[in-house]
Amino acid sequence: MATDILMPALSPTMEQGKLAKWLKKEGDPVKAGDILAEIETDKATMEVEAVDEGVLAKILVADGTDNVAVNTPIAVLAEEGEDPTSVQAGGAKSNGKGDGKAEGQTAPAPDMQAEGQAERPAPVAKTGDDKPVDKPASPAVITNRSEDRAMAEIPEGTEMVTQTVREALRDAMAEEMRRDDRVFVMGEEVAEYQGAYKITQGLLQEFGAKRVVDTPITEHGFAGVGVGAAFTGLRPIVEFMTFNFAMQAIDQIINSAAKTLYMSGGQLGCPIVFRGPNGAAARVGAQHSHDYAAWYSNVPGLKVVMPYTASDAKGLLKSAIRDPNPVVFLENEILYGQSFPVPKGDDFTVPIGKAKVHREGKDVTIVSFGIGMTYALKAAHELAEAGIEAEVIDLRTIRPMDSETVVASVKKTGRCITVEEGFPQSGIGAEIAARLMVDAFDYLDAPVLRITGKDVPMPYAANLEKLALPNVAEVIEAAKAVCYR
Amino acid sequence: MDAAKEARRGNDKTREKAAPPPSASNVPAFSRDEDLHAYREMLLIRRFEEKAGQLYGMGLIGGFCHLYIGQEAVVIGVQMASKDGDQVITGYRDHGHMLACGMEPKGVMAELTGRKGGYSRGKGGSMHMFSREKNFYGGHGIVGAQVSLGTGIGFANKYRGDGAVSLTYMGDGAANQGQVYESFNMAQLWKLPVVYVIENNRYAMGTSVSRASAQTDFSKRGVSFGIPGEQVDGMDVRAVREAATRAIAHARDGEGPYILEMQTYRYRGHSMSDPAKYRTKDEVARMREESDPIEQVRKRLLGPHKVAEDEIKAVDAKVREIVNESADFATSDPEPDPSELWTDILL
Repeated sequence: MATDILMPALSPTMEQGKLAKWLKKEGDPVKAGDILAEIETDKATMEVEAVDEGVLAKILVADGTDNVAVNTPIAVLAEEGEDPTSVQAGGAKSNGKGDGKAEGQTAPAPDMQAEGQAERPAPVAKTGDDKPVDKPASPAVITNRSEDRAMAEIPEGTEMVTQTVREALRDAMAEEMRRDDRVFVMGEEVAEYQGAYKITQGLLQEFGAKRVVDTPITEHGFAGVGVGAAFTGLRPIVEFMTFNFAMQAIDQIINSAAKTLYMSGGQLGCPIVFRGPNGAAARVGAQHSHDYAAWYSNVPGLKVVMPYTASDAKGLLKSAIRDPNPVVFLENEILYGQSFPVPKGDDFTVPIGKAKVHREGKDVTIVSFGIGMTYALKAAHELAEAGIEAEVIDLRTIRPMDSETVVASVKKTGRCITVEEGFPQSGIGAEIAARLMVDAFDYLDAPVLRITGKDVPMPYAANLEKLALPNVAEVIEAAKAVCYR
Repeated sequence: MDAAKEARRGNDKTREKAAPPPSASNVPAFSRDEDLHAYREMLLIRRFEEKAGQLYGMGLIGGFCHLYIGQEAVVIGVQMASKDGDQVITGYRDHGHMLACGMEPKGVMAELTGRKGGYSRGKGGSMHMFSREKNFYGGHGIVGAQVSLGTGIGFANKYRGDGAVSLTYMGDGAANQGQVYESFNMAQLWKLPVVYVIENNRYAMGTSVSRASAQTDFSKRGVSFGIPGEQVDGMDVRAVREAATRAIAHARDGEGPYILEMQTYRYRGHSMSDPAKYRTKDEVARMREESDPIEQVRKRLLGPHKVAEDEIKAVDAKVREIVNESADFATSDPEPDPSELWTDILL
C-alpha cells in the first residue's frame, strides 16, 4: 500500500513553505528517520524525516517550488516489494493526521512559535499602507495621496519598497546601529541563532558579538543589565522572546527603568528599548498569549508603542531607539510575516505619540492598534458595503496616548468603538471610553463600545481560542449597534 | 593574581569557623595619613547618620531611613582602593556610600528631609539618590535590583573599554535574590569588571543570616560560576582596603567579577521603626566595645601614629560642623515647588 508524504507544518502557524531540495531521488530506498528533503520558510530551513520504510516511488513537488501549502502531497512512498512505477499520485493513503499538521513526519520545529495566522482576517487591500503583497515587488512610487489616507504622512513621491514587518524591524535596528555606536541589541538567541523570530537576522554578521549579545535565559537579570548600561548612556535594545517572559523582568522595567529619572530629580535617564512579540500568536496557550499593552500603559515614565504596519514598525522603532526614555515596543508574531509598503532609505521615522487616521469615514470611529487593526479594517470594509463609513484610527502609540486625534474623529462621527485583543477590564478601550466621556461627552450619540479579548485565560483548543479572541463580526455588530442600525 | 590566590587559600582555613573574621594581625598597616583619612571619612558617616536619626525622631525625615552606623569601614575601605571613574551602586542603606563618593552632605540631608536642594530635588528620598558627577548610581529600593544594574554598569565599562570597575554593593539579604545569580552568571560569562561587595551585617531586616541562608559563607556564593570570593573583616578598614585592592585589580585586568563578603554589623535597627528585638543588647554592646571600626583607627592614631589628641578633636569638631551645617540647610531649605510634581517624568 503506497503512502502519500505530505508537506509538513514546521510550526503551529505555518501555512506554506518552499520545498528547497530533495535529498532522495525517485527509486531510493528509505528507512524511518532518513532525511528526505529540506523545507524553507522565511524563518528557518528544516529537514523532513521519513516516518515509514519503503521506496520513494514518486516525487510530486519538484526542488525549488515556492508556496507549497501544508498537507499537500509532495511524494509517494511505496512499500517494499510494491512496484514503484505503479503507484498513483494523490490516491495513496495519507500518513498525516488530517488536521493540518503532519505530525510525526517532520523533525520538531526549533521555535515554539512561528508566524502565520489561523483565524485572524488578512489585511484588507483597501488603503495603500496595508496592502498585502505576496512577493517582493519592485519599488513603487506613491502618486495619488488623496485616496491613500494611510500614507498621508509620507511625502509625495517617496520611493517605496515592499517589506515584511520582520524586515522592517531588522532594518530599523541595523540603520540605528550604523548611526550610533552606543546602540546594541541583547536577548535570547538574538545573535548566532539570528533571532527566535529572525528579527535580528544578519545583525551579528554586520555588527559583531560585542553589539549583538546572546544572553542566557535570564530575563530578570539581562533586563537589569540593559537598564544599568542605559543609565551610563549606552542605548540598549533588549529583546524578549515574548513579552510573556518579560514578566520575569517587569520589576526592572517599571521600578528601575521607568522611575529612576523622576527619583533622581532628572539626573539619570534610561534610553532603552524593550521589544519583542506581544499578545496571542496561534495555539500557544495562556502563558504565551497575553497582551500587555494595558499593563505598561499604566506606568508613568514609560512610552509604549504597538505598531500595525511595516512602515510604522520601522519608523517607530527608529524613533524608540533615538528616544532618551525607556520605550516598551510591543510587536506581534502574526504580523511579522505580513508585507506592506515602506519608505525607502534610512532617514524615515514616525513620531512616538501620534495616532494615524488609517481610513476616513463619517459614521463611526473605530479605534484600534497593533493586530487589532486587522479586525478593524476588515470590519470597516464590510461596513462600507452595508452603507456605514467607518473611520479607523490606528493609535500606534499607547502611551503617551494621542487623544486629540480620537476626539477630533468622534466629534465628526458621534460614535466610537474600540478594538483590542487584550482583556476588557482596565484595558485600552476602557481608557479611551473614559477620555471620551470627559472630552467628547456632548458629541457622543451612543455609548462607547469595546471589542476585546474575552475575560478568560487564552485557551489552547482551536475552537475555544477563536472564541476568546475578538472577531470581525463582533466589530461589525458593535459598529451597527452604536449607529442604531 | 598570586596574592589573591594566596589570600583565598588563607581564607579557606578561617571559613571552617566562619566567625570571627580573618585576624587583623597580618593586615598591612596604614600610614598615619591613611588612618587620618579613614578616620575622618568614617566619622563623617557616623555623625551624619546620628544626625539623620535625630531629625527622623523630630519628624523632619519621613518614610524609611536606614542608617549605616557600624558599617562605615566597608565603604570607606573600598573607596580607598578604587580609582576615579569607578562607579558605585547599592541598595537602600545608601547614605554612607554617597558621602564616601564625595557627594555633598547638605544635598544628601536635604533629600532626606524632602527639600528642594536635595540630590533628587526632594523626589527620591533616603533610598533614591544619584549623582552622575560622582559616579554614584543609587540608591535602589528594590532589594537585589541594584545587582543586575551594577552588572549592567560593568557591561557598559567593558563595552566602552574605559577601564572603569563597577562596585556593586548588596546586603546579606539581597544575596538570596534570584537575579543576583543571574547577574553572577553573566558577569563571569562575559568577564565584566564588577566587584560584588556583600555587606553581611548578620540581619536581613529581622532575620539572621543563619535563619535565611543555606550557605552562610557569602564568599562562596559565586563558586558555581567560578567567581573568586573572600571573607573580609569588614570592621577593619585596612583589611577592607587590602581585599578591595585585590578584587578591583582582578576586575580591571579583565579577569571578570570578584566577590567580597564584608563581615560587618549594624548598630541600629533595620530602619528607624525597628525595635531590634531579634538580637540582644549585649550582642550590640559587645560589637561596639570590641570591634568598632572608628575606635580601632582612633586607637592607632593616638598610639602608634602618635597623633595629638587635640588634632583628633579638631577633626571631630570639623566633622560636627559639616554635619550641623547640612542639618541646618536641610531644615531651612524650602520644599520643592509644586510644579516639580510634573517634571522629570520623561526627557
